[in-house]
This record gives sequence, C-alpha cells and structure tokens, in this order.
Amino acid sequence: MENWSLISLCVLLGLTARWAVSFHSYSGAGKPPMFGDYEAQRHWQEVTYNLPVHEWYFNTTNNDLNYWGLDYPPLTAYHSLVCAYVAKLLNPEWVELYASRGYESHSHKLFMRATVLFTDILIYIPAVLLYCFYFCDGSSKQKVATAFCILLYPGLILIDYGHFQYNSVSLGLALWGILGLGLGWDLFGSLAFTLALNYKQMELYHSLPFFCYLLGKCIKQGLTWRGFFHLVKISMTVLVTFALCWMPFLSDPKQPLQVLHRLFPVGRGLFEDKVANTWCSLNVLIKIKTLLSRETQLFALTLLFVLPSSLKLLSKPTLWQFKLALVNTSLAFFLFSFQVHEKSILLVALLVFFVFRSMLPLLLKDGLLLPYVVTSLAFLFLSLYLLSALERSTEEELRLGLYRKLTQRWLPKLNLSRIIKWKFWFSLAAMAALSFTSVWLKPPAKLPDLFPVLVSVLSFLHFLGFIIYFNQVQLMEPQRKKSQKKTN
Amino acid sequence: TVMAAPMTNDQSWFYALALGVSFLKCLLINAYHSTDFEVHRNWLALTHSLPVSQWYYEATSEWTLDYPPLFAWFEYGLSHIACFFDKEMLVVPNLNYASPATVLFQRLSVIVADVVFFYAVKECCKCLREDKGKDLLGKPSFILTVLLLWNFGLLIVDHIHFQYNGFLFGVLLLSIARHCQNRHFEGAFLFSVLLNLKHIYLYIAPAYGIYLLRCFCFTQSNADGSLQWRSFSVVRLVILGTIVLSTFAVSFGPFIALGQLPQVLSRLFPFKRGLCHAYWAPNIWALYNIADKAFSILGVKFRLLDINKLPKASMTGGLVQEFQHSVLPSVSPLATLVCTLLSILVNLPNSNIYTIFVILSLLQPALFKIWHRPNGARGFLRCLVICALGSFMFGWHVHEKAIMMAILPLSLLAVDSRKDAGIFLMLSVTSHYSLFPLLFTTQELPIKIFLMLLFTIFSLASLKTLFRKGGALLNPLEVTYLLGLIPLELICEFVYPLTVWQKTFPFLPLMLTSVYCALGVTYAFIRLYISLLTCSDTTKKTKMQ
Repeated sequence: MENWSLISLCVLLGLTARWAVSFHSYSGAGKPPMFGDYEAQRHWQEVTYNLPVHEWYFNTTNNDLNYWGLDYPPLTAYHSLVCAYVAKLLNPEWVELYASRGYESHSHKLFMRATVLFTDILIYIPAVLLYCFYFCDGSSKQKVATAFCILLYPGLILIDYGHFQYNSVSLGLALWGILGLGLGWDLFGSLAFTLALNYKQMELYHSLPFFCYLLGKCIKQGLTWRGFFHLVKISMTVLVTFALCWMPFLSDPKQPLQVLHRLFPVGRGLFEDKVANTWCSLNVLIKIKTLLSRETQLFALTLLFVLPSSLKLLSKPTLWQFKLALVNTSLAFFLFSFQVHEKSILLVALLVFFVFRSMLPLLLKDGLLLPYVVTSLAFLFLSLYLLSALERSTEEELRLGLYRKLTQRWLPKLNLSRIIKWKFWFSLAAMAALSFTSVWLKPPAKLPDLFPVLVSVLSFLHFLGFIIYFNQVQLMEPQRKKSQKKTN
Repeated sequence: TVMAAPMTNDQSWFYALALGVSFLKCLLINAYHSTDFEVHRNWLALTHSLPVSQWYYEATSEWTLDYPPLFAWFEYGLSHIACFFDKEMLVVPNLNYASPATVLFQRLSVIVADVVFFYAVKECCKCLREDKGKDLLGKPSFILTVLLLWNFGLLIVDHIHFQYNGFLFGVLLLSIARHCQNRHFEGAFLFSVLLNLKHIYLYIAPAYGIYLLRCFCFTQSNADGSLQWRSFSVVRLVILGTIVLSTFAVSFGPFIALGQLPQVLSRLFPFKRGLCHAYWAPNIWALYNIADKAFSILGVKFRLLDINKLPKASMTGGLVQEFQHSVLPSVSPLATLVCTLLSILVNLPNSNIYTIFVILSLLQPALFKIWHRPNGARGFLRCLVICALGSFMFGWHVHEKAIMMAILPLSLLAVDSRKDAGIFLMLSVTSHYSLFPLLFTTQELPIKIFLMLLFTIFSLASLKTLFRKGGALLNPLEVTYLLGLIPLELICEFVYPLTVWQKTFPFLPLMLTSVYCALGVTYAFIRLYISLLTCSDTTKKTKMQ
C-alpha cells in the first residue's frame, strides 16, 4: 500500500478513537455548583462574548473570577471568543450571561466536543505527522507506525475528549515550534512557540530549551555580525507576536499586570508546586536540544544541579487538577522526545503508561473508567506490537552502559536487559492490580486515601527512575551522527 | 524494520487486528443504540422469565420474539449471565429499560459473541492461497481479515445500531470455510444451525442445497465437467438429510410437540408488511418507487392523471407501512417472491434444478456453460452471493442491513480475483453508504464518516496493491459514481437540513440516498450476473478447492 493511504488510515483511526472517547462523560458532568473544566471552558466563552476585553481578567460585577475566572493567556480567551460566536449562532442560550451557568445538554456537549476535534485536526495532527516524517529515523512504515502510536496516545485523548481541555492546541503549537527549529526555520519556530506560550502559560516549562537552543545557535554563528542579526530577528518575531497577542491589554498598564496576576497566582501558593514540575519536564526536554546542539549541554548541566531539590518538591503532589494538565503536557513531550531515542521504546511504553496511570483517580471521578481501560490497554498493546518494544530492548540499545559498569562490580553475572524486561511486566502487573483495587475495592476505613496515595507513590517511583535514567543517558551518550546531520 | 518484527510471529497480526477492533467496539459501548437494543432486552427478559410454551405467545412488548428457536435459546443462555449485571433487565414489563449495567452487558455480549466470527475468519483465511514472501500488507489473508473483521457494516450495525450479526455471520463463514476444506457434513450442520438462529439466511439456502447436491452427493463429474448421473451417493444424501432434519427437530421439535408450530411460523414470517421499509433499501423497488413517483408527478402536470384519484402516498411515516403505487401496478408479496425465485434460480450454477427450468435455460444459452462446469467452492460462493444479492434486489420488505449477507461472502471472492474485487468495491462502498441513515444522530455522524472512510480507503488501497498488475480496478465511470457519494453526503446531511425544505420534505434526502445507491447496487448485481455467465474461462482457477 502507498504511504498516503497508510497515513490516512492512521489519522482516521486516531480520529475514530477520539470521537468514540467523546461519547463518554466529561469533567463535572451534572455536578453543581462548580462543575468542572468543561464548564470552565463554556464559561469563558460566555465571559469573552458578553464582556468588553478590559473586563475579562478583572473581578467586576459581571465577571465573578471565583467562578472559573479566566486564568489562561489571551490566546485562549480569543479562542473562546471565536467558539462563542459559533455557539451564539447555533444556540444563544449556550453563552447567555449568567443564565447559561452550568448549562448542560446533549447538543452542547456535541458542540464542545466538535470544537476540540476541529482544533485537533487543524493544529495537532498535522504537526504530529510532519514531526514523524521529518524527525524519526527508519523506513516509511516505521514512521507511520510511530505516528500511529503518538496519535493514539491515550493520555491526550482522554484529557481532551473525556475530561475536556484544549491541550492539543498548545501542544500542537509547541510541536510546530519544534518542527520549525528542526527544519531550520527559526523565525517560524519561535512564532509558533510564542503562540503556544500565549495559549497556555504551562508552555513556559518548555521555553527554556527553546531559548537555549536559539541563543546557542546565534552564538555559534558569531555574536558580532551574523549571529547578532539572527538574534535580533528572532527576538523581534517573539516581541511582535507577544505584542499582537496582548494588544487589547496594552492600553492601560493595569491590564497586563492583572492578566499576569491571573496567569501566575503567586498569592495562592501555587507557584512553588508548578516550578517543581517545571524542572522535571525541562530536564527531559533538554535532551532533545542537546541532540540538536552541543552548546545547550552546558545549560543541561546547570539544570542537573538543581535536580535533587526539584525531585524533592515533586514528591509532594498538591492540587491534582493543575498537575494533571501539567503531567499531560510534559508527557506528550516525553513521547516526542522518546522518538529521538527510538530504540528505547520499551521505556516509552512503560513511562507513558505510568504517567497515564497516575491520572486514574481523576478519570474515575469523571466517570471515564471504561474509555480509560480500553484506550490504555489498546495503547500498551499497540506500542508493544507495532514498535515491538520488548524485542529491541538489548542492553546497548537501552544505553545502560553506566549501570552495567556499576553492577558488574557487585554482581558480575547480572543480565540487565532481562531484569528490565521482568521489571516491565512486574510494573504492568502492579499497575493493573492497583487500578483494579481502586475501582472495585473499598479502602480500609482508617486510610480512605490509601489507593490514590499508592498510585501516586508507585508512579512517583517510576518518574524518579526515569529522570535518573534520562539524565544518565543525556550525560553519558556520545552525539548521534544522524541527528546531527539533520540539524546542520 | 518494524513491520518485519510482527511477521516473525506468523499469526500475531491476526490477533492484533482482532484485539484492535475489539478495543474500538468497547469504546462504542456508550454510543447510540436503536430500538433493536430494546428488542433484544425484551427477548432476554421473556426467555428468562417465561416457560418455553409462552415464548412465541408473549406480547407485552411490541417487539415480540420473531427469530427462530435456537436464537431464543441463545438469549436464554445470555440471560443467565445477564442476571449478574442487572436483574431488572430480565423483567418483561420493564419496557425500554436501559440502565448502564444493561447497556454494558448487552454490548459486551455482542463483542464477546464476535469471537465466533474471529474464529470463522481465521478458518476462511486458511482456504486462501498464500503468497509467500510478500509484504504483510499485501497478503491476501491479511487483506481478507481486515475486510471482514473491520467491516464497516458490521461495526455500525452490531456495535452502534445493535444486533448480533457478527456472531451469525461467524457461523455462516465457518460453514463456508468447512465446505472449502471439504468438511461438508460440518458445513451443512453449521448452516442448518444458522437457519435456526436467524431465518433470513433462507435466502441463501438454495445455493447450499444445489451445491451439496451437485458437488457432494454426486461424487464424480465427467471429463467435461458435466454431471455423471451414476455417481450419485445415496449414503451422503441420507447423512446430510439426517443432519439437517435433526437440527430442525431439536430447534422446532418442542414447539411442534406443544402444537405451536403455526404460531411460531406466523411470528417468523409476518406477511402484513409493505413492499418497502420506511427507508427504502437500495434495490430494484427503490427505482420502481421513484419511477412511479416521477410518472405520477408528470401525469398530474400534463393532466393525464387526476390528482384526486391517486392513492395518498405517504413515504414519510414511521415504522412499517404499506406504500401504494400511483401509476405503476402495486407489487404484491407473491410477485416479489416470483421475482426473487427467478433471479436466484436463473443464476444457479452447477444445478440440476435447471432441468426443471428448461425454458429459462433456453432463454439464456450462456447458462449451459455454467451448468456443465461446476466450479467447486468458488462457484458455490459466487452462487451464494448471487442468491443473497438477488433476494436483496427483489425481496419483499427488505431491510438495507440485508446487503451484508452479500458483502461478507463477496469479500472472500474479492481477494481471489480482480474482476470480483472491482465488483466488491462498487457494491461495498455503495451499500455501506446506504447504511448511513441507520445512524441519524448528530453524535454518530463523525464516527460513521470516519469508519466509512477508513474501510473504503483500506479496501481501495489494499485491493489495488493486491492486483497491481493489469490496470485499474474501477473504470472512470465507476469512479465518478463513487465520488458522487461525497457531494450526496454533503447535501443530505449538511446542506439540506439547513434549508427550508427540511420541514416540508424531510424524507427527500433518504429518498435521494436510496435511489442513488440503488443504481450502484443494481449495477454491481448486473456485473456480478454477467461475470457469472461469462466466467467459464476462469474455471481453471479452482484455488478454493
């Protein structure tokens, strides 16, 4: 079969899975008075449609910020506004000020789901396809298989089409940014990433690598003339994009400050928690950049020194809602970054699966158990089958050189790759058991939170392992010739 | 390469496809389900809570038991698992009961029952000639597996609309596979079981009868392929008869003993229905209806007909109703029966019933060729498809779902010869599109389009790869016709609902769909018919033996 038909089959399967998941419940369905993320998105449509721009981020008589006040950057607000115009066309009740609070109906759910699907098709899916075709090694069939696995990645599908969010927009834009950088279109890349940043402030976590990479590239070209000019061009692009996005808020200095206050609610004590996760996701992401450019390795090293403290902070998970979106963002990047190391796919499957597992309590609350079980099993099965992960997990391919040296001193006859395989199945079994117990068994009366805590402890242990592993890989590994060739 | 790895484990791709489609089916559990869901819930309830003697008399719900006894026993068996999910669904007066546990159980029962279908597909793949060394995606068995397991019609009819066709087609395909493997007794047994599960398969019973008689009871043919009368094996006929009769005895015996046979039969064959369903199946009668409509409109316009004398034609109504033709003569059940019989009998290859229909044979001398050349399992399959398609084309009160009876066996032929592949593409795309009105809810609109595209693109691309040599599978006219489905879909489901006519003529898109599809199905039928008449040259390809 030709490539185009294979690709279209993959995309169609991805779309089918997405829409099939959307048949199920969403966050906060039928749970007044606050409902959930679904209501938040609907409320933003209501606010942006009915109120003038300068009231969007302020607590006014018409805008109660305590009821899902806007706390995303302007681009999200504009997106809501566009959606609101369509909603108004279809049914004015959906966006009526006040009256529409907590509005729920079958047709409205359809409309909201359709908006997610639309942005997904427009932004995320083309980015994934291009990414796989430009930046993955292997035959074209291998590329299609990789794209297929990314498209069917259950975390994103469940959060966007089950729980309800627009992660595909910010992730897709950031991915376009990576694509731009990878293809050498630095201006386009920085434009796309700035847009991502202006869609969801969470993308800040990924901004440092972008910055480092671009700066490093300029330095390499020589900061005196060519590099400097390049730097100016890039910074102009970023500044102009920012200015355009923030234009309606620039008339009065109070406005942008209030927006920033909404975006980064330091007063609410969230900041530390967010930063903690920043470092984690950064650490993983940096790896791509090191493959792209040598300069940034210095930055990675500095970041590594901050690692222990950030790990410590990670172990105190608070504000589950926020973390979820976060985990999801970094996760998708995990997945992409793994494609650079396509040989260590065994770990991808496990890691992705694990992060995903940690979402279980939330998804249970949303009544999304069935799609959760089905999509996770399907994904696990697919990634194992299509990418035949287990067969490829030999020691060198997993880059376990360091551990080998370490263990050989103590246990000379140890077969590491076999241990890893056993560990894989053991982890899976543990996860399955935990999922099962948290769904069907009642926790003992003394420890009502036993299962969620167990899930997060187990997931955390895995995260920890992966972070150590990736740092090791990043530091120990010689430059890969192929990826270097591409970036040059 | 990546694809090479799965191939090392020879059959693993089959399980991957089966598991993948099962995952998809599980995701569809919450999707829309039609009244057939309630039909089957009601059957669960009545078989569970009533004695056998009441099964075919019970009429609390309007959806009375109208499948043969073995299916009732199947429901009876299911009901014993159902009580672990939700006991309330097994109460007969609980009409339209659809608690989440009920939905889960009923959906899962369909998904699990499809295991029979998986097994049957696997057995069918064994009958195919395997090209070694080919790319996995170009293997006939791989293509056949996808065409059957991921069949669009089965997915939407069983797992969204709600029915147990997968399981039933599993029995049918398994019986076909057994015949291909020369295990004729098993095949005959399976088919008689199938008849007692759902009597719609009676339409293809002639193919089975003739095939078993001609190719199995007559043990030898002459050198030129004609019948050798002396080779008739009475033993085989007796064993076959015993198998079939005993199956029927087990199924209908209790009801005969209770003296309920007339009641059971009246439930199975309700003759009070109209020629066409509320939504016309895309067959000859859809074209007949539209011609009638056109004549009556023209007649009124040119004052040839008096508008007051025309019978009030209502095509917009709900369930089952009669449709009076205005100009063309109204069609009676008997007429369609004759038409169906003619279309089937005219086409029976390998049959000695032709001696009875000498006149017909004289009308079509080409048939002699086929009569002289029994074509083995391939000919049998072809005959089966013609029977199914013929009955679909001319049958009384045919439902559009009945087309699957032709499409699934045709898939087996499609991976075997390029001519059939072309016919398969035409028929499957057209008739799958004609299933669209089954799912009329907005929520399912994207999924039916995605799945349809998925299946169509796969079948087009894979069959094209399989028959790479020898030019295009479809001629430009056929391609144009198929592409015409896209604007048709856009008009019917996107543009038309926004227009003012939606309120006054809500049936127009349905009519358009069924007439447009009827053209394609009729064309495919004619092509299949012609290929049957001219297939004497392909007799050498007796691969399926």
